[in-house]
Amino acid sequence: MSGGHSTYTPKTGLGRWMDARLPLPRLIYDSFVAYPVPRNLNYAYTFGGILTLMLAVQILTGVVLAMHYAANTEIAFASVEKIMRDVNSGWLLRYMHANGASFFFIAVYVHIFRGLYYGSYKAPRELLWILGCIIYLLMMATAFMGYVLPWGQMSFWGATVITGFFTAIPLVGDWIQQLLLGGFAVDNPTLNRFFSLHYLLPFMIAGVVVLHIWALHVTGQTNPTGIEVKHKTDTVAFTPYATVKDAFAMVVFLLVFAYFIFYIPNYLGHPDNYTEANPLQTPPHIVPEWYFLPFYAILRAITFNIGPIDSKLGGVLAMFGSIAVLFVVPWLDTSKVRSAVYRPWYKVFFWLFVADAIFLGWLGSNPAEGIYVAMAQAATAYYFAFFLIIMPLLGFFETPRRLPNSITEAVLEKKGTAAEVRTVES
Amino acid sequence: MKMFFRGLAALGLGLAFAASAAAQEEGETAHYPIRKPVEQEWSFSGPFGTYDKAQLQRGFKIYREVCSSCHSMNMVAFRTLEGLGYTEEQVRAIAAEYEVEDGPDDNGDMFTRPATPSDHFPSPFANPEQAAASNNGAVPPDFSLIAKARGAHRGFPTFIVDIFTQYAEGGVDYIYSLLTGYEDPPEGVEIPEGTYYNPYFLNAPSLAMAPPLSDGLVSYEDGTPETVDQYARDVAAFLMWAAEPHLEARKQTGFTVMIFLVLFGALVYLTKRKVWAEVH
Repeated sequence: MSGGHSTYTPKTGLGRWMDARLPLPRLIYDSFVAYPVPRNLNYAYTFGGILTLMLAVQILTGVVLAMHYAANTEIAFASVEKIMRDVNSGWLLRYMHANGASFFFIAVYVHIFRGLYYGSYKAPRELLWILGCIIYLLMMATAFMGYVLPWGQMSFWGATVITGFFTAIPLVGDWIQQLLLGGFAVDNPTLNRFFSLHYLLPFMIAGVVVLHIWALHVTGQTNPTGIEVKHKTDTVAFTPYATVKDAFAMVVFLLVFAYFIFYIPNYLGHPDNYTEANPLQTPPHIVPEWYFLPFYAILRAITFNIGPIDSKLGGVLAMFGSIAVLFVVPWLDTSKVRSAVYRPWYKVFFWLFVADAIFLGWLGSNPAEGIYVAMAQAATAYYFAFFLIIMPLLGFFETPRRLPNSITEAVLEKKGTAAEVRTVES
Repeated sequence: MKMFFRGLAALGLGLAFAASAAAQEEGETAHYPIRKPVEQEWSFSGPFGTYDKAQLQRGFKIYREVCSSCHSMNMVAFRTLEGLGYTEEQVRAIAAEYEVEDGPDDNGDMFTRPATPSDHFPSPFANPEQAAASNNGAVPPDFSLIAKARGAHRGFPTFIVDIFTQYAEGGVDYIYSLLTGYEDPPEGVEIPEGTYYNPYFLNAPSLAMAPPLSDGLVSYEDGTPETVDQYARDVAAFLMWAAEPHLEARKQTGFTVMIFLVLFGALVYLTKRKVWAEVH
């Protein structure tokens, strides 16, 4: 899988027998033991491993929860409560799964921002990046449908609002919405198909993850310098070096995850979802889960008509556009230098973009009225400007800092300055 | 990496200022609740919190004698009342005080019988329509999950502080505040007929429920003061138990898990240091 020369030599008779028939041990050895990784990866690069772990956690807890859950509007809410009260360790499974979704997104956001900071999407890793975007889209669909299953008030009204977006699409909008709902409103057919798809999509994610890792192992990982691996001294073996570093990061991540599960399990949820869905009673504020809030803010920022496009369709287009733009990032960035470490201006715009995304999230949790609308419009403008104006132009105007000749040189340089500082201090 | 974290810290500060400035402008439009819930001390808050069983039993008494005439609690089974410190016999006796519908019998007729521990609390009304008809059109909400189903918006920066203080008592604080918060409407405030002014109510200035508690309404056998304040606190604690019966097990398991992860993490970190020593 690493594309390079395999160094695997089976040591036992069984190993040789297996290798001649199905070289699975060779694949695993080449991909996760001998596979060379840049020696200068920092902890921001451990989130790929963490994401794989979270996918496994979600699938395992989800499969067991599905054994006790009933996808029927009459009993769905009660069946979730039965899990919480009567199923052995059911409360633990459900809190793990519900908070697991949030922590999956925390990890994916760090992973995406890391990619944007170090220019991980640039040639020859465009497909790797696009596969990641597809995983992110599938995650969003899975999380949205999962949130509907407990059949609480936010489940129901969130589903009503989000499926309503599709009606903004001219000609086919109503048809798409009815196909999604299995009728004219969110009801039992909706719950049934969402449950089915919620069970299916994680396995599709797992499939795309395999492609994502495959593409990664063909091109090799980037690193904080953005310089490609040139010598053997630039790399270390995946095992034990990356394995043990990833393991440590995972334990720290799990520590924070456990803190939420055991001490504040409902912090990231909405109280209204502990009230059973009631189609006749609209909650005063319908808000999506926190990880969708920036997109929700973008949706509601478009309060004006643009030519033939009314504000509703405009909002929906802006929202989908904010995700679609990620797919073309490899071609929007015109800089010859990969990493923000050597790009003084990009670094500034990048951190502004992170702040902007968080700010949009906060705006999404507030009502779309008064000053919030204007702020959301400004933040939305920057969101798109970052990708569509700043990224393409910076490549022409920015003077990057001098790049080291190799990863090894960068590492030694850093060590050298550190040593100098130390001598000066003493 | 250092750069990455320094950036994050700067970002946090910047956002804090931007958001608090914006939040100050927010106060102009009417938002409910008018007053934020009053935060109380609860035995079950914090990482080592446990339920005060005497308090839960008092709260249960209030639910039985006051609330249950209108509010159902249909997710809760009698058998779980052992969590309040009752023995199996006591639970059986409590259950037997309730009549539940069962059937059909051999003749195809429905009948009522005394409840057993495996039954759930029966509803005071046959259906939501009847509940609405007897309550001025407003269906009294079910109480099984009410302590988790209510909570006022915490706002910035409180919602960040809440992560570190492990604040998870928004529901009980709300219940306590609502029950003790009835007052005469301020001058100039018009409220719909048949509703009662309460600045703590989540969705409006007034609600359809009349003040349900009054001093001395329920008699306590353990010498606890029979005041509205005490009643409200006790019934709120009981409702927290009803909504989250496994809270103690959760926090105790959590402590073990945290200790394990810290120790395991330390070992993995030391291993990592040793493995990487030659590379650095």
